[in-house]
Amino acid sequence: MREVGIAGVGHTKFGKWTEGTFVDMLSKAAVEALDDAGIRTVKGHGVDQVFVASMGSGMINRQSGVASALVDTLNLRPAMAETIENGPASGASAVKLGYMAIASGMCNCVLVVGGEMMRVVSGWEGTDFVATMLHPEAEYNYGLTLPAFAGMFTRLYMEKYGVTERDLSIVSVKNHENAVHNPVAHIHVVPSLYAIADDEDAHVINPYVAEPLRMYHVCPVSDGAAAVVLCAMDQADRFAKKPVKIAGIGQATDTHSVAEREVPTDLLAVRLAAQRAYDMAGLKPQDIDVAELHDAFQILEVAESEEVGFFEKGQGHIAARNGETRIGGKIPINTSGGLKAKGHPLGATGVSQIVELVRQLRGEAGGRQVQDAKTGLAVNFGGFGNNVVATILAREEE
Amino acid sequence: MIVDKMEQSLRPVETPMAEYPAKYITLATGEKMVVRQIKREEVPLILEAVKPLMTVEKDFYDIVASRMYSELLGYLRYRVKDEYCLIGTIDGVIVGIVNGRLLDEKVGMSYHTMTLRQGLRIGAQLFAAKMEYHFDFLNQEEVWIVAESPNGFRRWMIEYELESRPEVWHELGGVPTYVLTKALWEKHKAAKCTGRRPVKEELLKTAENPILPSTYAQIPGFVRCEK
Repeated sequence: MREVGIAGVGHTKFGKWTEGTFVDMLSKAAVEALDDAGIRTVKGHGVDQVFVASMGSGMINRQSGVASALVDTLNLRPAMAETIENGPASGASAVKLGYMAIASGMCNCVLVVGGEMMRVVSGWEGTDFVATMLHPEAEYNYGLTLPAFAGMFTRLYMEKYGVTERDLSIVSVKNHENAVHNPVAHIHVVPSLYAIADDEDAHVINPYVAEPLRMYHVCPVSDGAAAVVLCAMDQADRFAKKPVKIAGIGQATDTHSVAEREVPTDLLAVRLAAQRAYDMAGLKPQDIDVAELHDAFQILEVAESEEVGFFEKGQGHIAARNGETRIGGKIPINTSGGLKAKGHPLGATGVSQIVELVRQLRGEAGGRQVQDAKTGLAVNFGGFGNNVVATILAREEE
Repeated sequence: MIVDKMEQSLRPVETPMAEYPAKYITLATGEKMVVRQIKREEVPLILEAVKPLMTVEKDFYDIVASRMYSELLGYLRYRVKDEYCLIGTIDGVIVGIVNGRLLDEKVGMSYHTMTLRQGLRIGAQLFAAKMEYHFDFLNQEEVWIVAESPNGFRRWMIEYELESRPEVWHELGGVPTYVLTKALWEKHKAAKCTGRRPVKEELLKTAENPILPSTYAQIPGFVRCEK
C-alpha cells in the first residue's frame, strides 16, 4: 500500500453559520484546505476524488448529493465525488475512505470535507434528528435520545468507578480553556470550576440536561465545516507544505442496541478501533503526544481516554483531576476545545479532529500548542459507540 | 419640573408597587451579576445601552431593542402605567435588561428580555428575576408572555411549560399569548431562579452606578465613543 499524508487543512468558525448555504459553508473550508495545500481550482488541479461527510444534509437541510454540488461549486469537475454518512463518525469515515482511495493506487489526491448545518432547526428537532441513528425498535421508539443514553452511561460510570459531577466539570473547564486559543471554536467563554460545580447558584446556571449530566457536561449544537487534502506521500513535492503522515487507521463496530452489550460501561468499539490504529502505526498509547477524543458528553472523554489505553479502566477521571490531560500534562486531550467547546457539527467533527492534529504536528496551534508534538490520535465516535474510527497521524522527521 | 394640567391629564395613575430587592448571582465565569430595579431617572442611560442594537437583525435584536426602547421611553415620559425595569450588571457594566408592567393587581404583562452580553444565560436569569418580581414581591397570580424570537420561545414557552391562552390579547400583539401561572412558577422556580440577598454594600454601590457597554459582540467593530 502507498503511504498517505495530509497536505492541507481548512476549517470554518464553528457556531451559527450565517454566510450562505450549506454548500457555501463546505466550500469555505475546502478552499482554505486547497489553498493550504497549494492547489488551485483550475484545469489540471489534480484532485481526483472528493468525499463529503454529512449526517443530516438530506434530513435537516433538504439537500442530498452535496458532494456533487461541492465539486461543481469548486470547479473541481470531473473529480469523482461521494457523500458519506456514518452518523457522528461520518468525518473520520470519509478520511478513511480517502486514505483507501490513495493507498490502493486509485487516486493521488483526495479532498475530504465534513460539514453540518444543524442550527436551522430547533434544539428539540436537532435532538430528534441525531436520535434517528439509534435502534429504531429497541431505542428510538421509546423516546431515547443521545443525551439520555449519555446520562445513563454516566450514572453507571459514577456508581462503578466513583466519577463525580465535579470530575466532569474539570474536564469541561479544561476543554473550554483550550478553546479560548482556538479561533475557530464555537465557545470562547471559560467557565469557573467553582461557579459551575460548587457555588450555591450552580444548580441553576449549570442545570441538568440529562441527569447527572449538566449543561457544561454536554456539547453545544453547532454549524461548521472542516476539510483536509489527502495526498500520496510519494507525491509530496507537489504540495506547498510537507504532508503529515496518516500512520494508522482503525475502525470497529459494536451492537446497535446498547442493551445487548455485555458490559454497558465498556466501549469495545473504541478499544478495538484504537488497537487496530496502534497496530497499523506500530505505536503504543504511550507513544501518543496529543489526542482529540469525541467528548460529545464529558463522560465520553473520560471513558475513551481509558479505552484507548492512556489510563487504566476507571482511572480516567483521576487523571483529569490530576491535570494529566491538560496541555503540559502526561497526554493533552482535546487541545482544540473538543466537542464541548469547539463545537460538534456532526459530519464535520471527525475531519475537524484531524485538522487539529495536523496543526499540532506542524507546530501551528498557537496558544494551545503541545510542545514538540510528533504523534496524534483522534477518536470519532458514531452512534452510542456502535461505530468508531480511530486515526493516528505522525510527523515525519526532516 | 412644573407639570401643567394638560400634561398631568396624560399621565397614568400609578399603582404603588413594592420594590424589587437587589440580588446577585454567580455566573458560570465566576463573575457576580447584580440584578436590581432602576429608577425612572436612570432610564436615559439604559436607552443608550439599548440604542445600538436597534439595527441588529441577527437573533431579532432589532425588534426587541426597538420595542424595548419605546417601552422605556414610555416609562420615562409617563405614558405607560405601572411599568418597571430590572437590569443586570457585572462590575457595573450593563449586561442585560428586562421590563414589564402590571396589567392590574393580579395580572402581570411581561414586555421584553434583552441580553447584551451573550453566552452566560444572563437572559434566562433576568427573565426569572422578572417573574420572581411579579409572583414573589408583587404577589400576582399570573403573567402574560409572548416571544418575538425562537430563543425566547424555547426559553420561556417550552422550558416553563407555559399555558397557551390565545383568547387573551397580549399588549405586544402578534403571536398568541402564553401565561405563567403561580402554580407553574412554583413548579419551575427552584430550577430557574437563583441569587442571593442582601447584596454586599460594595457590590451594590458599583451596580448603582451603571456603565454602558463599550462594545457589543452583536455589532462587530462597535466601540462606544466617550462623550
